[in-house]
Amino acid sequence: MIKVEQLYKYFKQVKALDGISFEVKKGELFGLLGPNGAGKTTTVRIISTLIPPTKGQVEINGYFLPKDAAIIRNFIGYVPQALSSDGTLTGYENLLIFAKLVGLNRSEREKQINELVELMGIGDFVDRLVREYSGGMVRKLEIAQALLHNPKVLLLDEPTVGLDPASRRSVWDVLKTLQEKYDSTILLTTHYMEEAEALCDRIAIMDHGKIVIIGTPKEIMEQAGVETLEDAFIVLTGHEAEEGGNFNELKRVRKTARRLQ
Amino acid sequence: MEARRLRHDPTELFTRAVQPVLWLLVFGETFTKIKAIPTGGVSYIAFMTPGILSQSVLFISIFYGLALIWDRDQGIIQKFLALPVPRSAFVVGRTMGAAVRGISQAVIIMLLAVILRVEIRWSILSILGTIGVVILEAAFFSCFSMILASLMKTRERFMGIGQVLTMPLFFASSAIYPISIMPKWLQVIAVINPLSYVVEILRCILVTGVYMNMLLHVGLLIGMILIAVVIATLLYPRLAS
Repeated sequence: MIKVEQLYKYFKQVKALDGISFEVKKGELFGLLGPNGAGKTTTVRIISTLIPPTKGQVEINGYFLPKDAAIIRNFIGYVPQALSSDGTLTGYENLLIFAKLVGLNRSEREKQINELVELMGIGDFVDRLVREYSGGMVRKLEIAQALLHNPKVLLLDEPTVGLDPASRRSVWDVLKTLQEKYDSTILLTTHYMEEAEALCDRIAIMDHGKIVIIGTPKEIMEQAGVETLEDAFIVLTGHEAEEGGNFNELKRVRKTARRLQ
Repeated sequence: MEARRLRHDPTELFTRAVQPVLWLLVFGETFTKIKAIPTGGVSYIAFMTPGILSQSVLFISIFYGLALIWDRDQGIIQKFLALPVPRSAFVVGRTMGAAVRGISQAVIIMLLAVILRVEIRWSILSILGTIGVVILEAAFFSCFSMILASLMKTRERFMGIGQVLTMPLFFASSAIYPISIMPKWLQVIAVINPLSYVVEILRCILVTGVYMNMLLHVGLLIGMILIAVVIATLLYPRLAS
């Protein structure tokens, strides 16, 4: 479904992506795992057509980036890391705007919104302002927004950053349901080892703009000869996951986390 | 969307109304007394009402790009840009949002003009005409603002540029005094200043009733809007990075 080949992205002198390649199969839940600053967000932004790659190729459902960006947008849904729904509107209004934007007619809109609201389990709250939502509910609302046009591929950037454990689990459940019931292909980034382990079919561990290893969580742990992904990360990269990142990134994560509380 | 936002938080309407009220009351009343400015036979406050109307719409629209930068910081823009929707739809949608705000301003100022008994030519046509012109004005300046936002990207830079531009736009226009009393070099700026066209059209409709060059002015304004929309559409995706 998604095929990334020799992808490079430079921001001025900084090599954000240093030639990564991986493939996500149809119906798979694939995770990009790595510390802040490893290049996960950049990867997702390129795949979601937001920024052009410096070099390399991305194939999605038979189309190529950046050439076919306008077509590719029809079958991707993107949930950015930052909280992006409008707190001054109700959940329903947030969904309605997106439904109108992607050109659903009135009856399709109602049907689609109702279905997604039920799927996300936010039915009791759709008519309340989003600023009164809990973090997990905001995230689920955002996932619903990204699904209104029935994309084949869902791209999520750090979907559970800053969430409490219960909310995190509820977001996981939603993603699992999407995968099982709708056969959605899901690509997400995370820096939580336990999230990657609990949720993803396959993982690519990223570090300094490169992919260190790709495989199922079990394969990766076996290859590294350790019991946990955390240890596997240290063995494979030679340092701990908490390093890396820069001031701006940290600022952004903290801001998101604060808004979620 | 903008209308819904206003419905949830209507206080903004009132805070926005304060500035034009002050202009009309303090500046207008005083200058009407001293009669320092040649207005061509109408009272100064009637002369400046269209100016203040266009000024308040300008102030709202020119900072409209700030909402774009705000949305960019929150990640909303990025989410919009990943949708299968043509970019021009976002630009046009935003200009309509600015127009809604502009119209709300126009209504407030017209009410104020009624309260202050400013001699304005009231008719269905003049009110519809005013609303039409306000929509055009809001569309142009909000596009202009979006272009600036796409280039500046951060709030600090945008505010800096915005402040620098608003003052000359306002004072080098026929908003509060006729172009003919300005020094020559300022007249040149005033003539190419889109705000002058807006003020002239509004003044025709609301005060003098002399429809000189009106079609030309409206045509020029629409032309500039089209160009601004195209540029804003091309620059919009820059906000993603």
